Amino acid sequence: MIIPPSSPHIAGPNNVQTIMLWVLLALSPGTMLGIYQFGWPALFLFLITLASAVFFEGICLKIAGKPVFPYCMDFSALLTGWLLAMTLPPWAPWWIGVLGSFCAIVIGKQIFGGIGQNLFNPAMLARTILLVSFPLEMTTWIAPRPFGTPQSVDAETGWNITLNGIPNLDGVSSASVLGHVRTELGMGVQLPDILATMYNPLASALGTVSGSLGETSALLFLLGGTFLIVKKIITWHIPVAMLGTVAVLASVFHFIDPLHYGGPLFHLLNGGLMLGAFFIATDPVTSPVSSLGKFIFGAGCGLLLFIIRNWGGYPEGMAFAVLLMNAATPLIDHYIKPRIYGYPDSAIRRFFQKMKRG
Amino acid sequence: MSDLLLVIIGTALVNNVVLVKFLGLCPFMGVSNKLETAISMGFATTFVLTLAAISSWTLETFVLEPFDLTYLRIISFILVIAAVVQFTEMFIKKTSPSLYQLLGIFLPLITTNCAVLGVALLSVQEKSGFFDSAVYGFGSSVGFTLVMVLFAGLRERLALADVPRSFAGAPIGFIVASILSLAFMGFSGLPSH
Repeated sequence: MIIPPSSPHIAGPNNVQTIMLWVLLALSPGTMLGIYQFGWPALFLFLITLASAVFFEGICLKIAGKPVFPYCMDFSALLTGWLLAMTLPPWAPWWIGVLGSFCAIVIGKQIFGGIGQNLFNPAMLARTILLVSFPLEMTTWIAPRPFGTPQSVDAETGWNITLNGIPNLDGVSSASVLGHVRTELGMGVQLPDILATMYNPLASALGTVSGSLGETSALLFLLGGTFLIVKKIITWHIPVAMLGTVAVLASVFHFIDPLHYGGPLFHLLNGGLMLGAFFIATDPVTSPVSSLGKFIFGAGCGLLLFIIRNWGGYPEGMAFAVLLMNAATPLIDHYIKPRIYGYPDSAIRRFFQKMKRG
Repeated sequence: MSDLLLVIIGTALVNNVVLVKFLGLCPFMGVSNKLETAISMGFATTFVLTLAAISSWTLETFVLEPFDLTYLRIISFILVIAAVVQFTEMFIKKTSPSLYQLLGIFLPLITTNCAVLGVALLSVQEKSGFFDSAVYGFGSSVGFTLVMVLFAGLRERLALADVPRSFAGAPIGFIVASILSLAFMGFSGLPSH
């Protein structure tokens, strides 16, 4: 007698490798624009971070006695390194990238048992460790100087910057929009005056502003994220909940006190919100399973991000918000179970039905 | 009102007892294996901490300061907290069995929790009024309960993870606690009292 293997019998077209490839593909337009903006040093740092992430992954797999090549070829370490590189200051020295990759892959992922086991988003964990440990290096932003323009540096100078740091820092540094607004607000300047001098919504949308690679073009990341939703790699719940929460909160506070709180567009276009909402918070390992759970997770990320941006000590709170909600993910999953196969209703609808019944 | 809210934010998030002040690590690591116990422990601690903050404020204001006995602060606080908690346990046992079921064996355990004495001492040092001290104790314990519950959830998931043998158990627990502590640094700088 032939005993068939246990269900499910139909496998979907996606496995870990193809999912990672789609995400990388969706990330690339924004990444390429970012690298174009900041020139050779950004490219070098990007490559170093990616290479070291894969290197540490290989070492850990070797120590753990797991097959190195198949696991390395699932591109998950590459994606982690990529996301980490997107959140680093583009002209940061090489060791920031290597140390970040170490924190992400070893502490963030392999110590927990490798892919699918980690509790926190590895890239965001690494970014937070770096930000807390090396506040100077992690907040040195430079003004965009695209390839081909007179201000751009050639490959050799770029390599030197990545290797030895930036020689004449004052000549090139430029605060990110959020950082600048935070500093000026602290000195008692009113928001409309600050924005009038240095903020242009179009520049923030297109990405011709200073910041990390992932903080440049909100528009391209929005496009990439939409592509992932259309390809059904991610669902709409987390990004929509997150962007919606930030937009609603920003509108309310902007309406109450426009002199101190930026409007919804300001918050959506600046900082790492777009990258975070579509590519980082949606990590399937560290976000809840059910649709309602995802919705709560996204809304929580948005709320925390808004709180940290407006009242916290750091100008941008993307990484902290994601880490904090990662910590809450097991609880969300514990209390909000996904839809049981065979039951037609989604978790959100069941929740509202329960509310109605009392 | 907003003042009280700031005290609660400050004590629960910005200066979290466990993750920022590193008090009460023993129950944090010891009783966080299961979500249900962690929640009970959190409730019991909330109860005791608020009570301890109130009673130590009373002791400080009406006995220690007037008679110039502040050097007896630590020992008298320990005594008073232990006594108050013990009496409360006996009282609850007789009057409300359901509440006793919930807080159960945790009450006497918490008496020796360093977070309780720590918060009592800190709240007295703040030199605030009776109500502020009570809110200080309450806020601290809300923070304690919050991280306790978060950590228990994480540990329940950790139990299923394929953690390398050399990191399994306490080591990975401490690593997760440190990551939580790192995440809570995001709250630093929030307006607090």
